[in-house]
Amino acid sequence: MSALFWVPAVVLIASALWTITASKPVYSVVALLVNFTALAVFFLTLSAEFLAMIQLIVYSGAILVLFLFVIALLSSGVAPLSLGPNRLPRIALPAAICIAVALGLVVAGAAATHVLPVPAPAALRSAGPAGAANVFGSVQDFGRALFTTYLLPFEVTALILMVAVIGVIVLAGEETPYVATRRRAAETRKAMREAIAREGD
Amino acid sequence: MAAHLLPVPLGDYVGLSAVMFFIGAAGVIVRRNPLVMLMSIELMFNAANLLFVSYARAWLNDAGHVFAFLVITVAAAEAAIALAIVVITFRASDRVDVDDVRTLHG
Repeated sequence: MSALFWVPAVVLIASALWTITASKPVYSVVALLVNFTALAVFFLTLSAEFLAMIQLIVYSGAILVLFLFVIALLSSGVAPLSLGPNRLPRIALPAAICIAVALGLVVAGAAATHVLPVPAPAALRSAGPAGAANVFGSVQDFGRALFTTYLLPFEVTALILMVAVIGVIVLAGEETPYVATRRRAAETRKAMREAIAREGD
Repeated sequence: MAAHLLPVPLGDYVGLSAVMFFIGAAGVIVRRNPLVMLMSIELMFNAANLLFVSYARAWLNDAGHVFAFLVITVAAAEAAIALAIVVITFRASDRVDVDDVRTLHG
């Protein structure tokens, strides 16, 4: 049974490392897709069937496509989007990864000894076979919890989504002062670069 | 295997989630491309989700599922707004680098 944990775990960590080390953002998106899929496998093994589907549909289907759109939009017309000059020393990324993994292992070691206790099985409902209705993690079970006990957080979610929609329209819809400022700054930078180039001639 | 047992001890899930979270944090700190930084933030969201779901499974309690769902929603809203900001910030510039955003720097 532990292969159900370790195979997706290796994929999860490897794709996370690939995400932050990839030279082009498109590769990061592909790595993130692998990462999200591995996480959906985890959700399935943890009998969170509905969340596994949500993970694939919302994350892989919506958020990553949004990232791809933005990458395509930003790299249109000019040279392909690349890493850009790295102001940090070359050792920074490997060092950061080593520190990250070390910190994670420290937390893992602490968790292995001091992890929160799991209640006795007698106090729990049955997890039941996967796919059956009315057992833990099924769509019925999740929906009942979402619309009864946790109705208020659910309503707050609706509000957050509305704020996001309005925010995006305000930001990107019309020519806002912010957009105008950014454009003026870019024009100034370009003019300065050209002036410096002329002076060099 | 009894239905209430996890495939591996709960601590292994906590450790995996922690490693993934810190990899995401390293990505935010080290990378200067705003898109990759946002993707690293998504990595951290997902590490938190893994923890929510594994504890929900260990305790057979729905609260973890509900709040993992909320985290996914907030991540979607965050990605939409952040990407809109990235687009209008870097639309006119020929390089995508957060260190170039210094209009308020004086």
